Amino acid sequence: MSTAWVVIVVVGVASILFKAAGPVFLGRRDLPPRMVAVVSLIGPVMLTALVVTQTVGGDQEIVLDARLPGVAAAAIVVRRGAPVAVAMLVAAVVTGTIRLVT
Amino acid sequence: MPSEVAEARVRDGFRAALPLLPGPVLFGLSFGVFASTAGLNAVAAIVMSATTFAGSAQFAATTVIHDGGTAATAILAAGLLNARYIGMSISVASIFPGSRPRRLVESQLIVDESWALSGRSGRFQWPILFGAGLLFYVVWVSSTAVGALVGSTLANPESLGLDAAFAALFLALAAPYIRGRRAVTASLLAAAITLVLLPVAPPGVPFIAAAAACLLGLRR
Repeated sequence: MSTAWVVIVVVGVASILFKAAGPVFLGRRDLPPRMVAVVSLIGPVMLTALVVTQTVGGDQEIVLDARLPGVAAAAIVVRRGAPVAVAMLVAAVVTGTIRLVT
Repeated sequence: MPSEVAEARVRDGFRAALPLLPGPVLFGLSFGVFASTAGLNAVAAIVMSATTFAGSAQFAATTVIHDGGTAATAILAAGLLNARYIGMSISVASIFPGSRPRRLVESQLIVDESWALSGRSGRFQWPILFGAGLLFYVVWVSSTAVGALVGSTLANPESLGLDAAFAALFLALAAPYIRGRRAVTASLLAAAITLVLLPVAPPGVPFIAAAAACLLGLRR
């Protein structure tokens, strides 16, 4: 089995178990408040790491290329309250244009 | 009983989900295209969406695969992102009716948006979670399929700036969460950890190490 399929199967099974944790296995119980505080940071923290990886990540190196201005432009419109689709379009247009002319 | 009159119906879940549909459609299309650029075929992308049904974890795992990381790294990255579902699942544990197998199937409809909608009235309501979750599920899997098929026809997605668009997608998704000093500090720390480790650590590892920033939540 290829790496991709191993990942797909294991991640799929894990997700199914995570989502079933409450209704199937635990019933009524609450997480301790300090755990809740840690879990609530997973979203912003991991998404930020994903943004950094997708923006300047290379083959075990930091690559500064046309992606950076594209994502920076998207950050500006997100800051001004633009919806997700607009942010994506702005990034694609800026990065695509820079690649076209350089 | 008068209180039963106000009880939500599955229909209300559908209706509540409608205004949010552009999100999963765009996200699903993006995942399908991204998966095909990462070398996953359409079947693999669709199976992943149908079983995992959690966009950011799917993107994270696929990013690691795309960058040549190990299966264990990809699994850990997705697992960390999906750990929040344990908390959400526990919070709605008591609202699921029926037998254990039925609860197992229906609990798969727990996703960020359906969970948030179902708790809007101040207490979690199963019909809203079920109705909204079902609609999001169908839309998620079908838009993944469309994205994967479109993606496989794109000769050179990078020239279209799609890689930057994916980064922008996550930026836009992260923005609402990065409110308050603790979330800002944790996000900056995560960015710093990722940047420092990118040139030295194997693919996917910087991303997982960044999760350590969540431990800031232990501080009072």
